[in-house]
Amino acid sequence: MDFGPHLLLAVLEGAVGAAVLALTALGLSLVFGVMRVVNVAHGEFFMLGAVIAWFVATSIGGHPTVGFVAALALAPLIAGLVAVLVDRLILKPVKYDPEATIVGTIGVLYILQQTALMTYGPEARPVEPPFSHRIALPWFEWGENGFAMFYPWGLSTNSYKLFVIGAAIVILLAFWLIMTRSKAGLIMRATQLDRETALAFGIPVSRVYSIVFGLGAGLAALAAVLIVPIQQAHYLMGHDPLLLSFIVVIIGGLGSIRGTVLAAVLIGMSDGIISVFLSPTLSKIIATLLVALVLVFRPQGLFGKKPA
Amino acid sequence: MLKLDQISTGYGPIQVLFDFSLEVRAGEVLCLMGRNGAGKSTAMKAIMGLLPLSGGQISLDGMPISTLPAHEVPRQGIGYIPQGRRLFTEMTVAENIQIGLMTRGKGAETRERVLDMFPRLRERLDQRAETLSGGEQQMLATARALCLEPRVLLLDEPTEGLQPSMIQLIRETVEKMREAGVAIILVEQRIEAVLQIADRVAFIENGYGREVVNTEQLRGDRRLFEKYVGV
Ligand SMILES: Nc1ncnc2c1ncn2[C@@H]1O[C@H](COP(=O)(O)OP(=O)(O)OP(=O)(O)O)[C@@H](O)[C@H]1O
Ligand SMILES: [Mg+2]
Repeated sequence: MDFGPHLLLAVLEGAVGAAVLALTALGLSLVFGVMRVVNVAHGEFFMLGAVIAWFVATSIGGHPTVGFVAALALAPLIAGLVAVLVDRLILKPVKYDPEATIVGTIGVLYILQQTALMTYGPEARPVEPPFSHRIALPWFEWGENGFAMFYPWGLSTNSYKLFVIGAAIVILLAFWLIMTRSKAGLIMRATQLDRETALAFGIPVSRVYSIVFGLGAGLAALAAVLIVPIQQAHYLMGHDPLLLSFIVVIIGGLGSIRGTVLAAVLIGMSDGIISVFLSPTLSKIIATLLVALVLVFRPQGLFGKKPA
Repeated sequence: MLKLDQISTGYGPIQVLFDFSLEVRAGEVLCLMGRNGAGKSTAMKAIMGLLPLSGGQISLDGMPISTLPAHEVPRQGIGYIPQGRRLFTEMTVAENIQIGLMTRGKGAETRERVLDMFPRLRERLDQRAETLSGGEQQMLATARALCLEPRVLLLDEPTEGLQPSMIQLIRETVEKMREAGVAIILVEQRIEAVLQIADRVAFIENGYGREVVNTEQLRGDRRLFEKYVGV
């Protein structure tokens, strides 16, 4: 394949990664923004989403679409409820102290991981996509005979991957609308901006925290359900999403929706492209280097605001 | 109406208020005066349930409110205008107002009445709070609290850094609320303003409640001001 079509393929791969990463990182960013909690277990909620998706899909049976849709609804819900329990049993009792919550969520990371190992086992298992049609992609060339469109051999994607990208965009838009236009969003933003004043205006901050922590985990689980027909579910699959989400959140600026999404696209795309052309390891090295540079020169993140 | 009965509170291990008592009646303006760091703002926060009490109790119309979770306190009808305004800076004027309305489930009618009191806010509904002038910010902080249709209003140094016309507006608002029967605690440092607006004045010193007197007593005799405010 020529460079052009090859690049198109890499961009598409990158876009799928970026879509899933944007959702995952948004959850981490939301939790940090509103609660000032660094959720080290965030990747495990992602893993939980994938593993639950497998359980749901296999126990329901029938057409893959039925299992997938059920997983799409149930996995984020269950992961969210687990997160609410974590908030009530671990984060609230330590009064959301920054250091204590890091240690606490490290504990949660291992508990979830080992529970998955004990119940789901060490195997990687796939979830069948609800649909997957090969879609040949056209390429354009400006040659001797003028403009020409053709389908290069091997240049194809599948409909499910396009669905993942579309679904992520829809979810991100919905999330943005909720945060900016709804009462619930107003309450979350008020809590994020000034917890004490929020309380003084009747906002039940501790309930908001539980919901936000659940929502953050739910977003990670949702991202995992979307990706699990492409990547298999595995009890250790939470590591990469956690690392990449941290990278995204640092580059994008903590607590900023726009920054998180833009940084996810930047990191997800470059991860996809560099992985295709060079190597996945190199792409992680570059991303981590970028984080170091951002931390040195723009600690508030590329799109974050300077702390007052 | 609102009664603080020998409360003790502070920040973690640091105790700030010691057996502090205070009472304000419906339709009364009580000014709270004391030096910087005396504990005036701390008393306001304690009323709002934002600080745990290590002793004493706060009640509203005889019902204890210091045992309620903090977010239930404003829902009893206590409007709070914090020192430094504490607006939700990244939100618009309309959103700040909305939060005030949501506190006690008030609707469009309340909103219109409050905006009528501050027409400049009505012109700036979509402007972000942080871009308002100092005076407009104070109007917004006041409007947000009035959206509760409060029975008790707490104002913590609302005139800090404002020009005379704005101070006048705040004063008129306070007087309007008093006429409506609201119980008002006003933290205010300027003696002239206190003499004009207060029904009673309470002094606080190093976290201890001192004299509480009728304003009349202070007009000819400024010794209490000298003693507790240092002028
Ligand atoms: N968040 C806090 N943590 C620890 N100590 C605090 C905190 N807020 C206030 N204090 C302390 O409590 C004491 C009383 O402060 P407070 O703000 O109530 O004073 P104030 O009377 O309102 O003063 P001012 O006139 O300057 O507003 C001060 O010694 C202050 O340092
Ligand atoms: Mg003060």
